[in-house]
Parts: sequence; C-alpha cells; structure tokens
Amino acid sequence: MNLTSDQDILWQHGFLNLNETIVTTWVMTLAMALGAKLLTRTPVTEGAVSRCQALLEIIVTSIDKQIQEVGLNPPQKYLPFLGTLFLFVATASVCTVLPGYRPPTGSLSTTVALALCVFVAVPVFGIRDQGLGGYLRTYTKPTLIMLPFNIIGEASRTLALAVRLFGNMMSGVLIIAILLTITPYLFPIVMTALGLLTGMVQAYIFSILAAVYIAAATLARRPKPALQVQAPLNH
Amino acid sequence: MDSSTLIAVASIVTAGLTTGIGCMCPALGEGRAVATALTSLAQQPDASATITRTLFVGLAMIESTAIYCFVVSMILIFANPFWGHVVAQVSGK
Repeated sequence: MNLTSDQDILWQHGFLNLNETIVTTWVMTLAMALGAKLLTRTPVTEGAVSRCQALLEIIVTSIDKQIQEVGLNPPQKYLPFLGTLFLFVATASVCTVLPGYRPPTGSLSTTVALALCVFVAVPVFGIRDQGLGGYLRTYTKPTLIMLPFNIIGEASRTLALAVRLFGNMMSGVLIIAILLTITPYLFPIVMTALGLLTGMVQAYIFSILAAVYIAAATLARRPKPALQVQAPLNH
Repeated sequence: MDSSTLIAVASIVTAGLTTGIGCMCPALGEGRAVATALTSLAQQPDASATITRTLFVGLAMIESTAIYCFVVSMILIFANPFWGHVVAQVSGK
C-alpha cells in the first residue's frame, strides 16, 4: 500500500518523472481556471446577475470578509494569495467525491510547497507594509531575549502547517482504503462524508492561519485602536 | 527472537501505543477547549464570530499533535526505515 500518491509514477523520461500528484494538481488547476473563465464570460455590474456569477461573488466576498475579520485591511491586498490557498485546498478535498481520485494535498511535497509559500509571503507582506527595519524589529518583540524563540517559531509553524494538512488528508484516504477491505459498502461512504467536512475545515484553518501569521507580521507596529467606551448595560 | 522479529514487534507495538496515547490526550484537550468555548458562547452570543474563529485556530493547534502521532505510527507501519534496512539486508544476501 502506498502512503502517498507521489509513489505512483505515470510517465518517466531520464531523471524527469511525472507522478500522480503532479498530474492531479495540473488537471485540478486547469479545471478551476477554465471553470472560472467559463462562468464569468458575460460579467454584469448592475441589474440581475447570473447564478454562476452570484456563486463566484459569494465565494469571493465571504473570503474577503474572513480576511477582514482577522484584521487585515484592506483585504484586497491579501485576497489573491489567501484566496488561492483556500480555493486550492478546498477543491482538492471536495474532489474526493470522485472515484479513484486521491487528493494532491495528501502528499507531503504539495503541502510543504504550500507552507513554504506562506513562509515566504509573511516577510514579503511584512516588509511591504512597514519596511525592512520595521519588519525585522518585530522579531525582538516583546524583548530582545525572545529573538531566538521567534526565529524557531517561524520555522516550526511552517512545519506544523505542512504536516497538519498532509496528516489530515492522508489519514482520510487511508482510513477509507482500510475500511473498504474490512466493511465495504456503508462505512466508507460515511467516512467520505466526514472527510469532506474535515477537508473544508482544514482549508479554512490553513488559510486563516496564513492570514493570522501575515497579520502578526504587518500589524505589530501599528498603534492599537482606541478602546471603545461601552455604555453600561441596563437590564 | 532474532533482530528482525524484535524490530517488527517493537514497530507494531509502538505504532499502536503512539496512536492510542496520541488520540487520548489531544481529545481531552479539545474537549476542554470546546466546552469552554460553548460556555463563553452562551454567555456572549454577540462575540460568536471571534470565539468561533479563535476556537478553530486553537483546535487546529491541538489537533496537530494528534496528527503528528498518527503520521509517526503510519511511518512505523508502512514506511519503516529499520524494517527497510532488514529487507535490504535479506534481499542483498
């Protein structure tokens, strides 16, 4: 039994080889891009919008709202990166309803690549927001003693992002494969439904954690908003 | 018992123990986290968005320890480097 889809090599030429993970990722990316292109052939800005456009708009605006709630303003600056992460991971897990499909996020190479994107994006956004000196100064918060711990934290959270997504996706596929040999027909379907739920939760968690990390890098030196004085509650 | 049997026994027993203990402790932690979040949701329904988001992020952090244990036990069963060494030695001779 193969642990990941990396080990199924479909085509090999010299040192180049195409494994199942890469092919699945390519097909999925193409399907998403073509689908988005097809659904928005005739975009309208006023009047009645088509169902497809409304669907895509709902997805974009809800991602936008989630980013804003984490504290990243304006969200349009971060939407392309965080939205892509969410849509990729979510589509990869939703497609598990297709028979014979193994999610590309169930291989450690894909999840490490995604986590490295976050690892690079955090300093990029941080430096763009508050300059090189300002970003580097966030490493010495709250005191200089915390400098090595902040650096270790940067590396360990990248590892945690990668292994968390990999473990969740791989465990879903593996449990269904094991259940198919023990109790076919009913239980694998229940576990597939549960896998859809955990897949969506993992997509949400991956993108919200990336948003939280970016927010921590960009907002650290910004003055805190003044405390809102609340009127005393009268019951 | 020769060394290959020892490696097999140790791997299988450790894989079971890893998943068992590694599920138990994070489950206790997640239960406590969810219980506290539900209490605060009941007290302050207005703050539900913040509480839910923080709960999800925290649960992900707790759950990742269980996932680490699961990955380790999967490696011990399906991709054991020590067992691979024994297999290589046997097939090499």
